[in-house]
Amino acid sequence: MNPVNYLYLAALLFTIGAAGVLIRRNAIVIFMCVELMLNACNLAFVTFSRLHGNLDGQIIAFFTMVVAAAEVVVGLAIIVTIFRSRHSASVDDAGLLKL
Amino acid sequence: MENLIGLLVVAPLLGAAVLLCGGRRLDRGGPWIGTLFAAASLAIAAVLFAGLLGRDADDRTLDATAFSWVPVGGFRADVGFHLDQLSMTFVLLITGVGTLIHLYSVGYMAHDERRRRFFGYLNLFLAAMLLLVVADNYLLLYVGWEGVGLASYLLIGFWQHKPSAATAAKKAFIVNRVGDMGLSIAIMLMFTTFGTFAFGPVLERATEAGEGKLTAVGLMLLLAACGKSAQVPLQSWLGDAMEGPTPVSALIHAATMVTAGVYLITRSGAIFNAAPDAQTAVVTVGAVTLLFGAIVGCAKDDIKKALAGSTMSQIGYMILAAGLGPIGYVFAIMHLVTHGFFKAGLFLGAGSVMHGMNDEVDMRRYGGLRKYMPVTFVTFGLGYLAIIGFPGLSGFFSKDKIIEAAFAKGGTEGWILGGAALLGAAITAYYMTRVMLLTFFGEKRWQPDERGELPHPHESPRTMTIPMIVLAVGSVFAGGLFSINDVFLKWLEPVTGHAEGHSPVSALTVTAATMVVLVIGVAIAWAQYGRRPVPVTAPRGSLLTRAARRDLLQDDFNHVVLVRGGEHLTRSLVYVDHSLVDGVVNGTAASVGGLSGRMRKLQNGYARSYAVSMFGGAAVLIAATLLMRAV
Amino acid sequence: MNASSPVVSSLAASAASTTSTGEAVQFWILAVVAVLGALGAVFMRQAVHSALSLAGTMIVLAVFYLANGAYFLGVVQIVVYTGAIMMLFLFVVMLVGVTAADSLKETIKGQRWLAALCVLGFGTLLMAGIANASLKEWNGIGRANAGGNVEGLAALLFTKYVFAFEITGALLITAAVGAMVLTHRERTERAATQRELAERRIREGKQITPLPAPGVYARHNAVDIPGLLPDGTTSDLTVSPTLRARGQVRDVSGEALDDLAALEQRSGDWQERGRSEDAGAKGAGK
Repeated sequence: MNPVNYLYLAALLFTIGAAGVLIRRNAIVIFMCVELMLNACNLAFVTFSRLHGNLDGQIIAFFTMVVAAAEVVVGLAIIVTIFRSRHSASVDDAGLLKL
Repeated sequence: MENLIGLLVVAPLLGAAVLLCGGRRLDRGGPWIGTLFAAASLAIAAVLFAGLLGRDADDRTLDATAFSWVPVGGFRADVGFHLDQLSMTFVLLITGVGTLIHLYSVGYMAHDERRRRFFGYLNLFLAAMLLLVVADNYLLLYVGWEGVGLASYLLIGFWQHKPSAATAAKKAFIVNRVGDMGLSIAIMLMFTTFGTFAFGPVLERATEAGEGKLTAVGLMLLLAACGKSAQVPLQSWLGDAMEGPTPVSALIHAATMVTAGVYLITRSGAIFNAAPDAQTAVVTVGAVTLLFGAIVGCAKDDIKKALAGSTMSQIGYMILAAGLGPIGYVFAIMHLVTHGFFKAGLFLGAGSVMHGMNDEVDMRRYGGLRKYMPVTFVTFGLGYLAIIGFPGLSGFFSKDKIIEAAFAKGGTEGWILGGAALLGAAITAYYMTRVMLLTFFGEKRWQPDERGELPHPHESPRTMTIPMIVLAVGSVFAGGLFSINDVFLKWLEPVTGHAEGHSPVSALTVTAATMVVLVIGVAIAWAQYGRRPVPVTAPRGSLLTRAARRDLLQDDFNHVVLVRGGEHLTRSLVYVDHSLVDGVVNGTAASVGGLSGRMRKLQNGYARSYAVSMFGGAAVLIAATLLMRAV
Repeated sequence: MNASSPVVSSLAASAASTTSTGEAVQFWILAVVAVLGALGAVFMRQAVHSALSLAGTMIVLAVFYLANGAYFLGVVQIVVYTGAIMMLFLFVVMLVGVTAADSLKETIKGQRWLAALCVLGFGTLLMAGIANASLKEWNGIGRANAGGNVEGLAALLFTKYVFAFEITGALLITAAVGAMVLTHRERTERAATQRELAERRIREGKQITPLPAPGVYARHNAVDIPGLLPDGTTSDLTVSPTLRARGQVRDVSGEALDDLAALEQRSGDWQERGRSEDAGAKGAGK
């Protein structure tokens, strides 16, 4: 088997995650889908690392994880705050931008 | 010596500043202060004249640059003065006549409360007019040109409590603007053609420019001259300008300002010489105006308006002469100077008559004044003889030369112009004799004024009679003096150039013909107004008379063609503005608004919709990258 | 990470040179699991289920990391992602509870079609890009991992990427402070007293009395059983809205009514017997 299959898998997971972001309304689920997309990217990086035969890809994946962790912390805090004030976790309800 | 030229302009300007800023303290002494400043500039002019006379004929020019006015990059406009024989002639005329009229005004305006202001304006006029004639470039000339326009406006409307005066002032100002537009366009054309406005370079290099361009410049200058000198078709303001005080009429609207057009054309002679079409236009305007003014002068009963028609006609002669080219320039200026004397004298005489007749201006209510105002009668009479060209007096020499030069133009054109000039001479004799007879001869036709008092004609005070006497002397002798040994010709020739025309008729014949038409004109006038009593109310008169009373329908013409036309043009422009311009603007706005209304639906406030578009964009980017790689 | 179970090291050895059949089998099985987990995360109606599906996918991904020779990342994936982040998600899900957002019904017109179009186009293009790259040959990770995966990563992290590493530390601290700032709520007003709460309730007039308790007849007193009104229908007030939103309310009203009917039947039967005797006596009497 060619490790490129991992890349196909990563692309597929990324696309599924993106679809989730687009069609789900629950902010938490959307966040999870974002995490899925990030993980798909990580898989691609790790695979690239193997294909290239060096560790830089893994380093990038590592950084991605750290950033994702930070993002989750802040993002969930925001969701909680919004829920507190609006009693809803729906992204459609946070529509102050709407005319 | 050069520095004096600037002082020449500054002196009356200073006078104007002192009088206009001085406040009520100067009310009493104002007239004399104004006269003093005018006399000062006359003295400076005399010194300069003496200086010029002391030089060789070819070296009689003085140049001085006071300061750099607009130095911007390659563009340069200086406040510089150029005094040559032509300017000197004007300077002497302006300061001389100006000082006399200041003196006259001291008496004439003695009872006017606002006389300090009047003298301030007069000084302002002197300054502007002097600036106009001593400027060494067209831009500075333009400043003077506008300055005299302003002074003219202020003085015509001096008695602003009279609505007619205010209206006349506005009319003069607006009509003058048309001419001023011509001058400014001419200056712009000159700048684009020659890159400068200075007289020297422009006139020296005039022949280098194409004839088309020179014709355009010439026509624009002619338009300017028409506005300022009340020539057809911009003549309508001069008659109404008589609403101003009589000294103003004498100084500005007879002797000096209205001759600025003649100065402009003579000064720009090099341009006209190289543009025959423009010259043809000039002589046409001159010939038409000299007949037009004369006809108007015949029908007017208002003594000042009759004289205004005469002024128009006489300036027509000058313009005609100036349009003839080198054969006419000198005679145009000579007639200008003699006209300055006799016309100013006539106006002052008219003012004196009005002064004695409780400001009555209708000549049909004068009559038999020669016994009551002997000095006025004699001086006015001498002016009269001068203007009709009585042999030996000023007008005889100057007008005769113009008629000769008109014939010398040659060909059919020469005959037409000469004929018009001759006819003009006949009409001049007629209407001036009419004025003379109506005013000083016949029986008394005095009417009580609105207070019911009959006028008590009396001779005017000394300050008024002295200027009249001086001007009368000038009217008598100026022409003769100028013609002895062709003094005037030789004086001006270095500036304007001169060429002898080859007249198809001999000079003697022309003189004889002039004498004949003169006698005919006088005889007709005598037959109409001298032999039988004159009705106090004017008879209805023929169609021509009635038209001439209405200034040959010039106002009606202006109203129908310009005012109505302007209104229609404005209305159609408004329509275009409303329908087309607003349509385009509003249409654009509406389409933008409509488009935005549709586009704003994209901005629905849903983060997920934005995410879709973002994602679609990402897809497009990938597609583009792949395509680029594939290519 | 002192690497690895024997399975992991054997996988790593095979990955270093060529893909073994074992890895291929593992890939095809686990890839299906990962995709199913991802689809579950997207399409499960309840957030808790989504989170659990996602956790499964992440564990599969951790195995893939290990298979690709990224031992450190594999373990970090399990510990940090599945262990910490997903638990954080679950906590928040619990905190937030169930809302209308959980519905899969689309509310924005055309959103689903546009999303499908974009996703399909995007996925297709991405696959096409990978296929276009045509990576027939590759370097194994073996040489890079020769000195140990963790040592190699550490060497890179503290030399080449040291600044990025430091900045990441700053980012984490900032995120932690940010989360605290965002969620912390200073009590700016005095807490309402019992009396004030009672007054407010009267003023608003919506529900003056305390909410009725769930359960009926002492037979069903669980929180997911709605109480019955006198006419035998259920009262929504008696159960938590969250349970109602999740559809976890057990309606036993029918059951109770049935029981009641059966009871009446039975007692009726009893009475019938007595009555019929009565009737017989009466009938006989007649």
